[in-house]
Amino acid sequence: MKALASLWGRLPGTARAGVVLLGLFVLAAIIGPQVIPYDPNAVTPLTLKPPSAAHLLGTTQTGQDVLSQLLVGIRLTLELGLYVGVLATALSVLVGVTAAFLGGVWDDFLSLLCNVFLVIPALPLLIVMLGYFPQKGQLPSILVLSILGWAWGARVVRAQALTIRNRDFVAASRETGERGWRIILFEIIPNIVSLIAASFVNTVLYAIGASVALAFIGVADVSSWSLGTILYWSQSANSLQLGAWWWFVPPGLAVALIGTGLVLLNTGIDELSNPRLRDARSSTKIAGSRIWPTDPTPVLGMPKLTTRGRLATLVHSFSRSSLLDAPGGEF
Amino acid sequence: MRYLLRRLAFYLVAAWVAVTANFFIPRAVPGNAVQAIMSKFPGQLTPAAEQAIEAMLGVGKEGSLWHQYTTYLSNLVRFNFGVSVSQFPTPVSTVLGAALPYTLTLVGVATIIAFFLGTGLGVLAGWRAGGWLDRSLPSLMFVQAIPYFFLALLVVEVFAVTLGWFPAAGGFDGQNYSPGWNGGFISSVLDHAILPALTIVVTSVAGWMLQMRNVMVTTVGEDYVIAAQAKGLSDRRIIVTYAARNALLPQLQGFGLALGFVVSGALVMEIVFSYPGIGLLLVNAVQGTDYPLMQAIFLVITFAVLIANLIIDLILVLFDPRVRAREAN
Repeated sequence: MKALASLWGRLPGTARAGVVLLGLFVLAAIIGPQVIPYDPNAVTPLTLKPPSAAHLLGTTQTGQDVLSQLLVGIRLTLELGLYVGVLATALSVLVGVTAAFLGGVWDDFLSLLCNVFLVIPALPLLIVMLGYFPQKGQLPSILVLSILGWAWGARVVRAQALTIRNRDFVAASRETGERGWRIILFEIIPNIVSLIAASFVNTVLYAIGASVALAFIGVADVSSWSLGTILYWSQSANSLQLGAWWWFVPPGLAVALIGTGLVLLNTGIDELSNPRLRDARSSTKIAGSRIWPTDPTPVLGMPKLTTRGRLATLVHSFSRSSLLDAPGGEF
Repeated sequence: MRYLLRRLAFYLVAAWVAVTANFFIPRAVPGNAVQAIMSKFPGQLTPAAEQAIEAMLGVGKEGSLWHQYTTYLSNLVRFNFGVSVSQFPTPVSTVLGAALPYTLTLVGVATIIAFFLGTGLGVLAGWRAGGWLDRSLPSLMFVQAIPYFFLALLVVEVFAVTLGWFPAAGGFDGQNYSPGWNGGFISSVLDHAILPALTIVVTSVAGWMLQMRNVMVTTVGEDYVIAAQAKGLSDRRIIVTYAARNALLPQLQGFGLALGFVVSGALVMEIVFSYPGIGLLLVNAVQGTDYPLMQAIFLVITFAVLIANLIIDLILVLFDPRVRAREAN
């Protein structure tokens, strides 16, 4: 608990915002399906009703409750993101660490494989592959997304594992006769955990984005409720033209917010591990000007005392000479 | 030259993998999904068309796998993708040829605009990290996290349906103009392209900006930039010729890798605008179980992305002396 609290204290503001945002959605995914007011599939005569006390987010064209669909959909979409994240990240760690550790021909081959997977556009391939699979549940989507989603992580993991492999402590444990798998598990992997975490977050982001897009165009299993399939049905019922904003805005907003949470979390992890990015934000305000740690020491002039218009200040704030401003004629 | 040859070899391998995957995917899938197409049109297919589909999908039993593979390859080289099932009996290559120009111009131009705009903004944000532009990044991330197609839906609703400023769907006004090189048709095409292009730019600009900003922040901390400042050079000069110039190289490399994602997103967006490009064609092909068309589209998109990557590599050789130096060794 204490360790968690101290980690929280060190997290940059962006990452905290991301954690809170994601936490809300995870909570909704866990308790949502238990407390949904209606069966998301139940067809009622109350068609296309705007939000009311009985239906907080209104109803669809077939009278289904949008809120219930949304809560079930968040659960399903997050589940898919989690599964793909775990599977693809495991694959990328496996490939990346193996390539770095074995080196030589194996490294060349695995790197080549990685780059090929990176350069081939994923979505058309996903569509083609899912077009052939029989549509039963989320499993085909999860598998196909994982197969195509590991390459970026593997590349990053490999690069980092390569530098660690050549450090002294790895050489030392090799000299003491440690086995290869032990070196990988206990020497290399603990040192790239933050990288693996970042790659996991990225993969989840990709999986959710891709699965929603796939469902939206109707190549996923559209009989279960995920955020993408809600959008698919609302689009195919022309909810937009009918003015039924309560049908397509909530699921779209949910996807956007989950995505934002993940991106925020990732920039937070980035800042935690890259001091330069962190320093860049830690400006202090002295006499009305922002001073950055990376700035050269202002030896000439004095803090600006002139008054500028708002727009002029904005434009001026880009200029480094804002720090060295010699008081001009208006002074 | 050696560097370029190595890159070229890599793209050839990538292309070969894509082509081969395209060959094996339909054969690896269990079930009769493929035979279903054949039975959809009993007696309607000419023997030549039937052969082309068989070679493409491996329906026919005759010949070993190797024989099928070589036939498939030789068909590809001659741009013989078989016959479209949903638009029977038009050859797939004709269907593709009609849709490709729309996607190439729309997605190409919009992506290039987004890249330059985002990179420029990223330079400014990274130069003054923590400044107002930089602090606006989280809200831009939100814009970026909105699925392309969802933003497209909203844009259509507001600007096309409610305000009526732009047409809501299609690639040109088919009632008044017919495709050709005349002013009316071209202005109609432009009119229809503005909204989709705008949506692509808005959704992808933040990504470029964020990436450039991060590289820029690292570059600004470099000693040579501080030295330039100590020399008393103007901000403009430091930004353009010292910091941004160097920060641009990783950005360009990223451009190649991100291209696949950007193109994919743009394809999905075409569907919302009913824009008569490759994306709409792909979805229609999936819904109409038009496997030959589906596969050909995948190949065309892949090759387009590979060629774009090759061009970026050429540019990098031109701009980055380090690449040239590596080549000389």
